[in-house]
Amino acid sequence: MTATTAEGETQQSAAQRELSRRSQSPLQRVQHLLHGHPWISPLLLLVLTIVVFSVVNPRFLLANSLSLLVQQTAVVAALALGQTLIILTAGIDLSVGAIAILSTMIMASLAANNGVPGVLALIIGIAFGFLAGLLNGLLVTRLNLPPFIVTLGTLSIFTALALLYSGGSSIQDNRLPDIINWAGKGFSFLGFRLTTGVVIVLVMYLVVGFALSQTAWGRHVYAVGDDPESARLSGIASKRVLVSVYAVAGLIFGISAWVLIGRSGGATPNAITDGNLQSITAVVIGGTSLFGGRGGVAGTLLGALIVYAFTFGLSLAGVDQQYRVLAIGVLVIVAVSIDQWIRKVKG
Amino acid sequence: MTTETGQSAGTLPDAGAHGPGSMKDGREPVLRGRGMVKTFGRVVGLDGVDIDLYAGEVLAIIGDNGAGKSTLIKCLSGAYTLDSGEMSLEGRPVTFGKPQDARDAGIETVYQQLAVIPALDIAANLYLAREERRPGILGSVFRMLDKKGMRDRASASVQGLGIQTIQNMNQAVETLSGGQRQAVAVARAAAFGSKVVILDEPTAALGVKEGNAVLDMIKGLREKGMPVILISHNMPHVWEVADRIHIQRLARRVAVIDPKDYTPQEGVAIMTGAMTADEVESRVADRRTSGAGSA
Amino acid sequence: MTQLINPRRTRGAIIVSVAGLALGLAACSSSTTTSPGATGGGGDKIGVSLITKDSSNPFFVAMQKGAKDLAAKEGNIDLTIASGKQEGDDQGQITAIENSIAKGDKGILITPMSTGVNSAIKKARDAGLFVIALDTPPDPANTVDITFATDNFKAGTLIGQWAEKQMGGKPATIALLDLFSDKVVSVDYNRDQGFLTGMGIDVKDKTKNGDEAKTGSYKDGTYTIVCNEAGQGAEDGGRSAMERCLTKNPDINLVYTINEPTAVGASAALKAAGKTATIVSIDGGCAGVKSVTGGVIGATAQQYPLKMAQKGIDAVKAIASGGAKPATSPGLDFFDTGVALVTDKPAAGVTSITSAEGSKICWG
Repeated sequence: MTATTAEGETQQSAAQRELSRRSQSPLQRVQHLLHGHPWISPLLLLVLTIVVFSVVNPRFLLANSLSLLVQQTAVVAALALGQTLIILTAGIDLSVGAIAILSTMIMASLAANNGVPGVLALIIGIAFGFLAGLLNGLLVTRLNLPPFIVTLGTLSIFTALALLYSGGSSIQDNRLPDIINWAGKGFSFLGFRLTTGVVIVLVMYLVVGFALSQTAWGRHVYAVGDDPESARLSGIASKRVLVSVYAVAGLIFGISAWVLIGRSGGATPNAITDGNLQSITAVVIGGTSLFGGRGGVAGTLLGALIVYAFTFGLSLAGVDQQYRVLAIGVLVIVAVSIDQWIRKVKG
Repeated sequence: MTTETGQSAGTLPDAGAHGPGSMKDGREPVLRGRGMVKTFGRVVGLDGVDIDLYAGEVLAIIGDNGAGKSTLIKCLSGAYTLDSGEMSLEGRPVTFGKPQDARDAGIETVYQQLAVIPALDIAANLYLAREERRPGILGSVFRMLDKKGMRDRASASVQGLGIQTIQNMNQAVETLSGGQRQAVAVARAAAFGSKVVILDEPTAALGVKEGNAVLDMIKGLREKGMPVILISHNMPHVWEVADRIHIQRLARRVAVIDPKDYTPQEGVAIMTGAMTADEVESRVADRRTSGAGSA
Repeated sequence: MTQLINPRRTRGAIIVSVAGLALGLAACSSSTTTSPGATGGGGDKIGVSLITKDSSNPFFVAMQKGAKDLAAKEGNIDLTIASGKQEGDDQGQITAIENSIAKGDKGILITPMSTGVNSAIKKARDAGLFVIALDTPPDPANTVDITFATDNFKAGTLIGQWAEKQMGGKPATIALLDLFSDKVVSVDYNRDQGFLTGMGIDVKDKTKNGDEAKTGSYKDGTYTIVCNEAGQGAEDGGRSAMERCLTKNPDINLVYTINEPTAVGASAALKAAGKTATIVSIDGGCAGVKSVTGGVIGATAQQYPLKMAQKGIDAVKAIASGGAKPATSPGLDFFDTGVALVTDKPAAGVTSITSAEGSKICWG
């Protein structure tokens, strides 16, 4: 783009002047920054939420309140972790909550009704989650049906299985061996009150986050989500990557079941009835794009915290429950709009 | 180099004119395809195509739209599987069920749509599906990527190809211009290709300077002894770099010509069917006997 | 462009059958099972459909099971069980009603989801079916031929009166754990407002939760309402709701809960915070009665879903053989199937039964 004539030179510097003036726009710089690090906007949003609600009711900032917030978020955060993996491949999983409930019923029922030793029941329950996810993955890749349709169907299948298996009744924690209730155990840490379930969820986030950013598999997940045909032409076994993503997500949902039993104090078929929608909300608010290939688990954790912080804060502020539902809806629209704007960034 | 045509007297091109085991100057082809057939439902992509690629040469494939050029190289690169026909690499028969098989065999391809992942950075794209892990436990047990190492080696590759405009290996590919993305794709093929490099329309979306840079890269590959297959619509580029030109028409190979003996217009005429190869052949013969030399 | 892995026909067949299965499961939002009447016996079977709100709430599961046992005992009842998929699934119930008409049933027993199913009910009655509402009177009550239901307001009042006696004039710091945020389900506001009325608190509009004064006087003392939180009727939601209430005011000493699973969750939250409070609830399922025995719940109002199902089937049988329609309870637009206060700490002036007695007649 170098100029060759005197007249050309003047024109060029005029354009250059225009460009350099434009590139100083702070909005564009923000857009670039968010493009490279999509978790920044949810982080700012979370901080903003905490600040605003603490001003309205200072009890929000008590160590006890923040501890409760973290405990409340744990189960949906775990479900959202698996959902993040699936959404990164431009898929979606509507059977998320149903897989978790089915796993809770299996591990609790085996231990309480069939006398299976606790550890074995736990492993079988988690294994069922893995197999359920594997089924989703095989249906998506073998039948070439959109994940929305496949998981809509498996949602009904797993829900029905859980109801048939449990007969609609719950199993309380006093009938369960300690290992299955273990995720509900509380302990103190630096003045905060946490549960082992929270730690389990955090460990899962670290492991999955590491895999996504530091291993070849992680890169392939992003590649398949961003441009599946290019990924295939580049030599990536796209179908195998997809099946592995759904299976790993299923494993995560199985472990979420363990955390859920600790939180609920038992296995109930009615828990987290809209777990699938809540997990998708957390992923979207966290900055992961529904079109695949962009985002990460850090954003999802922040997204889950934001949803619960909103609910918590609005409750402390004395805001009527109906407005809380409205607020979360507006939050989702804002988050998706920001995602669309970030995608428009140009060189 | 001697002139060859795939067409004997008569109206139908004879794809098997050379027969199996054809040699040129006594050399075996590095890559050879015979009777390659590929259909998509009722649509015929390749109708018994032959292809020969010799060591250290640049073979250009030209043809009108729909002649089967892209289909041909996708069969050579493993993106498609042949319905019938055979391929051999360095004398050994090969079949490619998926793109990775061709890459494993040493054939690297740059597709028209580039097959780069916009969301990932340049180094990640260069090493896609061949990522390198860190040494020791971190690599084997934790399967951690050697990101810094890959970045450094990617940078060396790209600089080594003379691509000056890309400095930062951490840049996401989607922030690059069309020419820069092309450079990344070509750099990937050049860096990892060990037996054959295939380029599908590498200069199509580029300006003059960037296009010339790609042509220089192709010549550089030839100097290193790497055979290159090149699809292009750009006749000046083809005549500049190609050693032989394979002409595709209506899903068949109709001719293979030497750019030294034929003009671009004659090549285009064969390609579009405006003239038969025989007519072109006689014009070339006239030129020789009249001592006009190459056009 | 991409390789075809399966022959097209096989793939097409697989797609059609799985799509059909998935769509059939997902779109057909009413679940249906048929239980034949007892073996043998000639004579016409009387067709009855039981349509509940969902098939996962233990209350409805118990009702369905009770109906199945009854139908088997009666012998000449051809019972169909159906339901919506979850709370709010009007369409599922409408589909089930239409199926019942098509089948030629004599009667429908339904726990109506909302006014959205009224027109389907009217269609059934116009077609000559006898429609009975269970558990929840529809709005308006004469949409159906008769309703057998718990008086949820009375159930709330009972536990409110008991709680008032327990407080004994002490200042009451109250948490109200309701069912849903939308506040439109009748059982939600009836129980909540009944409880407050039983306490002697002015509820202003009896059909609205949360419009009462946040502080004031109950029968013998002063009160503060700390929060109205929705727990979705389950343990995990109840726990989160209680945690939010405790954060607003850690000195809560009285908790109203919409049902026993919510109460269990609330109790877990209190325990984790190292606090205690009096918890009252409603439903009286066997699991809930055990919570009373265990001291988790102070008192619960027990209702009788099996009785509703029994009376419903009896009524359809009677009408089908030309008998008279049953009458509503005096002063109510439905037939009250009764409610009893279950507690091990009886309060003066409030009739109650012990948890041991309650566990003999509990459901589920």
